[in-house]
Amino acid sequence: MIPNATDLPVLKPFRPSSPLPGGERSDREAIRVRGFLSAHEFVTPSPRPSPLRGEGEGALRLGPSHLLFLIAALLLAVGIGQAAAAPAAPSILATLIKWTPLLAQGFALNIAMSFLAMGIGTALGFALGLGLISLHRPVRGVAWFLTEFFRNAPWLVLLFYCMLLLPFELRIGDTIIPLPGWMKSTLGLSLAVMANVAELVRGAVNSIPFGQWEASEALAFTRMQTLRMVILPQCIKRMTPPWMNLYAILTVGTPLTSVVGVSEAMTLTGDILAAENRSELLVPMYLYLLLWFFVYCYPIARFTVSLERRFQVR
Amino acid sequence: MINLNPLWDWFRTLHETTGINLTIFYDPFDRARFFNGFLTSLRLMAICLVASVVIGVVGAWIQRSRILLLRAVTQGYVQFFRNTPPLVQLYFFYFALGSYVRMTTPTGLSVPAISNFEWAAIGLSLYAGAFNIEIFRAGIEAVPRETIEAAEALGYSRLKAYVYIILPLAFRISLPALNNNLVNLVKTTTISYAIAVPEMLYVANQIWSDELNVPEMMNVLLVIYVSLVGLLVFVMGRWERAMRVPGYSPS
Repeated sequence: MIPNATDLPVLKPFRPSSPLPGGERSDREAIRVRGFLSAHEFVTPSPRPSPLRGEGEGALRLGPSHLLFLIAALLLAVGIGQAAAAPAAPSILATLIKWTPLLAQGFALNIAMSFLAMGIGTALGFALGLGLISLHRPVRGVAWFLTEFFRNAPWLVLLFYCMLLLPFELRIGDTIIPLPGWMKSTLGLSLAVMANVAELVRGAVNSIPFGQWEASEALAFTRMQTLRMVILPQCIKRMTPPWMNLYAILTVGTPLTSVVGVSEAMTLTGDILAAENRSELLVPMYLYLLLWFFVYCYPIARFTVSLERRFQVR
Repeated sequence: MINLNPLWDWFRTLHETTGINLTIFYDPFDRARFFNGFLTSLRLMAICLVASVVIGVVGAWIQRSRILLLRAVTQGYVQFFRNTPPLVQLYFFYFALGSYVRMTTPTGLSVPAISNFEWAAIGLSLYAGAFNIEIFRAGIEAVPRETIEAAEALGYSRLKAYVYIILPLAFRISLPALNNNLVNLVKTTTISYAIAVPEMLYVANQIWSDELNVPEMMNVLLVIYVSLVGLLVFVMGRWERAMRVPGYSPS
């Protein structure tokens, strides 16, 4: 590491107001907390005095008009496909509508998997994150290893791992718990979520000014009490926006399970295309599926941004 | 050239004595195809890394353009690619668009004009590029206005100011976020498995289908990816610290 490997004077007087009101150390931690997914938070940059345009409004903000744009693209594709279709075939729009209930079923599975994986992953990740900040060195080491391992492994590889190496049913005594494919792949996804949540927890805890720990100690709080009553309540608020980012990313990650044979929206789209066997349907059908995800994820992204903005003010 | 045969033989003995069947080491055919898969993965990663950064830089430049339509199109692209699943994007490119982009060989066969590897490179670059645009834009917005005004006062044109003043600073500011995205991109290259690009995961799948050594191959795969990404994270982290703008963020 080269300390201060530059003599650029230009940035000296510029002090970005940290998005986390954590004081000294929070800026770097903020990057760590929020930066790992590098996702929706960049819709609105932190409340730095925006140098290029007034009012802190950077480039064009996305409005509902983009949804219209997307629908227009779909309709255009439908139109082009229609022109290419044989005159006798049913219209493409009618075909899309015909298959919508099936697609909705698949999409419901996607959403269910994302909820479940997020729930399991958050629970495990919270524990792992507390392990990361443990005072006990071996615990910290193990937690660090697990976090880094699952953060660095590609999701698809984790999915394959869980899919192929977990048994199809669990036998505990006399009860048999079946483990269907979607369940196993949900576990695979939640492993990835777990590691990311752990990192979030660690970053959030570290972003709390250390003075608060010392103050609690002075007030005779035990470490456990400090964590539970002082530190974690603040962390939860800080963690919410990046956590929702993670959820959005998880949701767009669920179609990966189609590769390992879970019959969710992506797989069903393939099936529908195979059943219809009309090449002019390819573009509209995939666009239609993309639209489903966009409609689901985009409001989440907007909500995350507004949450971030709200939390910054305080 | 070092003679590696004793090493390969050791893996054969390992199989015979313990049953841990690592064919990719002692079987020349499996070794060759796994190595090729590894190289394909590396190539895909390298191409996508470079292309996505280029897309990010150019896109961020376009987002500062004065023409509303250009900005709107870029923003639409960014939001679309960020809020939809990369796998579906890849399917869309390969199966849907790929069915239109065809060419005819001299023998009269209609073949895809763009191979699956190329589609994977295009799709993944566009996906990661969308994130990079936002990252660079945030970085650009963090460059102090006074710096840009100073550049203007010195007679820099818009493009020159962007290339020589804004971009170098913005790049250093956005490096942590950029690194995270690039690491994500490297992990995301595995999804090109779905369109049968012969990269590491795909080849590993072929091998475990042939040799029935699923657990071994799975573990090999996991170890290789984790160490590859771990190495990248380490190098990027070093680079990040070396490039940090002093006075910008407390160490």
